[in-house]
Amino acid sequence: MSNLSYETKNDHIFLKMGNAVLQYLKENKGILIGLVVLCIFISIMNPDFLTTNNLMNVLRQTSTNMYLAIAMTMVIILGGIDLSVGSIIAVTGVATTMLIAVAGFPIWLAVVIGILVGMLFGAFNGYVSATTIIPPFIITLATMNIARGAAYVISDGKPVRVMDDSFNVIGSGYIGPVPMQVIYLIVFLIIAYLIMNKTRLGRHMYAVGGNSEAAKFSGINIKKVKLFAYTFSGFMAGVAGVVLSARMFSGQPTAGDMAELDAIAAVVLGGTSMTGGRGKIGGTVIGALIIGVLSNGLNLLGVSSFWQYVVKGVVILVAVYADVFRKK
Amino acid sequence: MSEQLLEMSKIVKKFPGVYALKGVDFSLKKGEVHALLGENGAGKSTLMKVLGGIYVLDEGSITINNKKVHINNVNEAKKNGVSIIHQEIVLVPYLTIAENIFLGREPLKKNGFIDMDTMSRQAQQFIDDFDLGLNAKTIISDLTVAQQQMIEIIKAVSFNSDIIVMDEPTSSLTDKEVNFLFKTIQQLKKQKAGIVYISHRMNELFEITDRITVMRDGEYIGTVNTNETNNNELISMMVGRDLDKLYERTYMEKTGEKVLEVKNLSRKGVIDDVNFTLEKGEILGFSGLVGAGRSEVMKCIFGIDAFDSGEIYVGNEKVTIKVPNDAIAKGIAYVPENRKEEGLFLIKPVDYNISIKILNEFIKLFKVDKSYEDAQSEKYIRELAIKTPNKEQIVSNLSGGNQQKVLFSRWLATKPNILILDEPTRGVDVGAKSEIYSIMNELVKEGVSIIMISSELPEIINMSDRVAVMYKGSIQKVLEKEDMNQEKIMYYATGGN
Repeated sequence: MSNLSYETKNDHIFLKMGNAVLQYLKENKGILIGLVVLCIFISIMNPDFLTTNNLMNVLRQTSTNMYLAIAMTMVIILGGIDLSVGSIIAVTGVATTMLIAVAGFPIWLAVVIGILVGMLFGAFNGYVSATTIIPPFIITLATMNIARGAAYVISDGKPVRVMDDSFNVIGSGYIGPVPMQVIYLIVFLIIAYLIMNKTRLGRHMYAVGGNSEAAKFSGINIKKVKLFAYTFSGFMAGVAGVVLSARMFSGQPTAGDMAELDAIAAVVLGGTSMTGGRGKIGGTVIGALIIGVLSNGLNLLGVSSFWQYVVKGVVILVAVYADVFRKK
Repeated sequence: MSEQLLEMSKIVKKFPGVYALKGVDFSLKKGEVHALLGENGAGKSTLMKVLGGIYVLDEGSITINNKKVHINNVNEAKKNGVSIIHQEIVLVPYLTIAENIFLGREPLKKNGFIDMDTMSRQAQQFIDDFDLGLNAKTIISDLTVAQQQMIEIIKAVSFNSDIIVMDEPTSSLTDKEVNFLFKTIQQLKKQKAGIVYISHRMNELFEITDRITVMRDGEYIGTVNTNETNNNELISMMVGRDLDKLYERTYMEKTGEKVLEVKNLSRKGVIDDVNFTLEKGEILGFSGLVGAGRSEVMKCIFGIDAFDSGEIYVGNEKVTIKVPNDAIAKGIAYVPENRKEEGLFLIKPVDYNISIKILNEFIKLFKVDKSYEDAQSEKYIRELAIKTPNKEQIVSNLSGGNQQKVLFSRWLATKPNILILDEPTRGVDVGAKSEIYSIMNELVKEGVSIIMISSELPEIINMSDRVAVMYKGSIQKVLEKEDMNQEKIMYYATGGN
């Protein structure tokens, strides 16, 4: 008897999951088709694309952008923008490596402090955006410069080398065939998905971005919501900074240059509205994959990096236009 | 004597440079519907926002259930049993009905995640209680304005509050929904809730309220029992003087001269085969329920929306109108329904707003004839009696009625022969209303022909020469002056023929 009821419940869950997957495919039909067509095209031109090795490579290369893009989705949904994440990558990378190489901190502590530095920048963005009327574009434009400058100042403009394998493994390790970076990504994706779809906090982000007046009248603590989103964005940039520096055996003050723009591109490709209130983490994942597959494919096809910028720009324009056109 | 529920006494609220409330008293008993009446800017909404925790009072005290309370934010107001239906629709457009009803108080499961099933089920229950026939999982932006307004009402009622404030709840509702609202109010009265009812529609006040408190310029004027007062007394309390009559209309001799003729106008899914003529010097009313396609017809005529088929004649000439400038060139002007979204540049001064459509009259290449612009602005400020300290005042600082007059001025400056007015007195107080009617009357006397869309039947009946009643995108019937009455118009507006 109890066995039976267990099974029906199980069916129910599978049914629910099936529905969720269908819903996901339906919502993201346009860009999914785009992604699939892109993959087919590249694999016809160069069969090496479809090897497990290369696909893992794509995921690994995309993961840094996805860290940023996940949090960027939240910030944009609540009606903001975060231009500082690229610079936060640099400052956290430099801070972490300096703590290890210069101050002799244990690795775990340096990593924690490094990520905290990222969160601090994020929290600053969030606090200023919640308590003043300065537009977030300007606030984060300022912190973008401050963080980049700080990275140059503390490193004196030179890469900070850390030749330690146990640090390197954070960025370059594997579990089975899966790179560590991808493992982190999956964990963060699950967390972000739960926040956006299952918690009050996530719902309130949609509310603040959709109609801040309504959010206020419903007694939502708008400041808290903003503070969280920007702090989370700083946190994810901090993670990206640590992982990148570990992978490269060094903290580079030039790291993450323009990374914020790739993140924004992924968010927009994923169907999130720049005016706030609408968007999905799931869409952003596909958006980031399109950018990742595109640059991997162009590399495989031997297209010069100069031309890659042009192609990426055109793809963003066409994809977003097609998406807007479809929804009209 | 029923029990006292709410007592607001000597409430003062200052904004930089202005006293919005100058020591206002207000009280509410259990099971009572108490109306707040006053012109726009009288302070009704401000007083209720103080009660609702949107604004914090500067002086005075609030007592609820004989206990002195301090309300510093929305949540404290809710804790004290106050919920508010705001005048503007404040819903999150991209969330569902259920998510909006429970916004800020979503039910949680034990693991801290939102309990979606409970939320949808309870929301559906509320919707079914109101017999709305909607699904709780529908996205708000897919609803009509009237439906959104109903969701606002449901949301406020769902708190089981002791005190429910309704700030112009019926402004975009049709009669059927208004009836539902009134039934709900009766129900709430039985449950001993107190209701503060703000509305400009006098007949509603007489139908539903027990007492009426009048405010003017942030001051308390007086409280009367509804069954012991009448329209004129209330209006003179509101405006501070006797208003001899609201509607002013001089009917012109019919010349039969057609100034505008629309033939077989259709736009797929919106309007279907619309035909009508407008004669010189008349006011042609357009009546119908919200969504019947009245504004849509005008937007096609004015070149804002494209139409699929049909012909438009101005005078006897067939015209091609693709963009608004084509229509303006033919002497047509359109004052839109939502003056804030579709009309005014709110952050710009009065003169900028008035002169924007006649720039070609005083800007030649690099030469700006500022004195011409000033003269034009001042002329309209004077002629339409726009209450503004000066022509440099930012439009958003003016009251609703004066904003509307600024918008009128802009279009009058283009010297139109055909003036299309879409809900010209929506959200405008009685004093300004009467002034707008008199402006319309003057224009008609000068030979201008007016099309007036209005959802207020008294306005239609008292101001129009003829009225076209629309239903589901078509003109159901055109009624002559002598055939006009509320019942007939409603009959055709709901599909009768």
